[in-house]
Amino acid sequence: MALLHTKDLTAHYGDFQALFGVDIELREAETVAIIGANGAGKTTLMRSISGVLRNEAASVSYDGASIGEQTADEIMAQGVAMVPEGRKLFPSLSVEENLLIGTYGRKLDGHWNLKAVYDLFPILGERRNNPGTALSGGQQQMVAIGRALMSNPRVLLCDEISLGLAPVVIKDIYKTIPQIKAAGASMIVVEQDIAQAMAVADRVYCMMEGRVTLSGTPDSLSRDDIHNAYFGASH
Amino acid sequence: MIWVDTIIQGILLGGLYALFASGLSLVFGIMRLVNLAHGDLIVMGAYLLLVLVTLLGLSPFIAVFIAMPLMFCLGWVLQRNLLNRTLGDDILPPLLVTFGLSIALQNALLEGFSADSQRLPTNALTTASVDAGPITLGVMPLMTFASAVLVIIGLNQLFYRTELGRAFRATSDDATTASLMGIKPANVFATATGIALVIVTIAALYLGLRANFDPNIGPARLIYAFEAVIIGGLGSLWGTLLGGIIIGVAQTVGAAINPEWQILSGHIAFLIVLLIRPRGLFPRAND
Repeated sequence: MALLHTKDLTAHYGDFQALFGVDIELREAETVAIIGANGAGKTTLMRSISGVLRNEAASVSYDGASIGEQTADEIMAQGVAMVPEGRKLFPSLSVEENLLIGTYGRKLDGHWNLKAVYDLFPILGERRNNPGTALSGGQQQMVAIGRALMSNPRVLLCDEISLGLAPVVIKDIYKTIPQIKAAGASMIVVEQDIAQAMAVADRVYCMMEGRVTLSGTPDSLSRDDIHNAYFGASH
Repeated sequence: MIWVDTIIQGILLGGLYALFASGLSLVFGIMRLVNLAHGDLIVMGAYLLLVLVTLLGLSPFIAVFIAMPLMFCLGWVLQRNLLNRTLGDDILPPLLVTFGLSIALQNALLEGFSADSQRLPTNALTTASVDAGPITLGVMPLMTFASAVLVIIGLNQLFYRTELGRAFRATSDDATTASLMGIKPANVFATATGIALVIVTIAALYLGLRANFDPNIGPARLIYAFEAVIIGGLGSLWGTLLGGIIIGVAQTVGAAINPEWQILSGHIAFLIVLLIRPRGLFPRAND
């Protein structure tokens, strides 16, 4: 049974419809990648699952319950943590405070705590008292990931964690994903970088213009399939 | 020596203005809400203390501990049910609503207590003084100033040493991302206004003990509070204390030169600071 799934999920920004009946599922201990070009609806999908955008109750299910109508803080408390697009560190908080605030709504003894996050990203331990926003982009991304891990989530949503980062930094960050998986989180990773997504994912969904255009395991999808699903068949 | 005395009296008076201003600074710092009813809430707090003192025969210093939780609840409900609805990208709705609240409070107090000026009952303590060399200091002004310093130390501890303080700062930075951390911004804002009204109650105690009050003096207290917050730099609590002191000293020095200049001197000091440092003396880096 799926740990988390969306069913006929739609989303609107005013009159503009951003999602058209999206169905995806995430199974226990699985990593799912969602790929697609800018404007495909990937971030809207993450915002809908995490409760930043509210939906009809039945459109999002988690652990057997309908959560579509719940608020972001309620969903987070049940173990769905998000690494938001653009990292969104709190400028008024130090690195360590940014990590600690991750446990505000959910305090759970588990694998992840300050020490485990500093072991995963040693540079953060050295810079724990700096303001979060004084760090480089890659280090800020590490804080954003660590902040989400601090609550020991069952589901980790990662929205565009490689956006705006140098390739070498992206590689470093993606190296930690197997460790995060091993510690017991199921993950949805949103990516524009197809190769990166394919390398970590058990299954892939490709989105275009608010719809899922392709899904399957990385091995089962050909380059042409992905190209067509990503850009549309006419390209 | 008279000038030293004048300046010290001004510094102590600044403690009262800092108490007026701390709640305003707290609320503005966290949710960018300028509460135009702040002065009237202080006056309302003074009337609440008066009622408790009169009905229950309590000392004002005991009554304040009963009034504080009541005012906290009032602040929580006011923010959660009314003021939260006005927050958004537009700065006008909170100004209009709190302006309306200010008028409603003044008129409710007029209706309930008439326009006669009142005062909290004083005792030996409130009129006592201590000799510090050639200068005589009133116990009440000293207590006011000490309370202001304690309030600001307490707020700083709350802000920078507790989980609630982290939630205040995080929500102030970005309420949407804060909700992804499990924070309920509406409740965080309500708690902040609750705490602001606890400080308002302390300010009301010293307002009522030191001078007469009537339902119409709220807006003038708001102006002093607002000037202290702006001088200090929006959101800086120690800046707010310094802002209060600058206005207090300007007023006593002005009054020493000519009694008619007291209020004017405070406003002029405010304008001078605004000209030299438009963002206040200690503006926050990320504003």
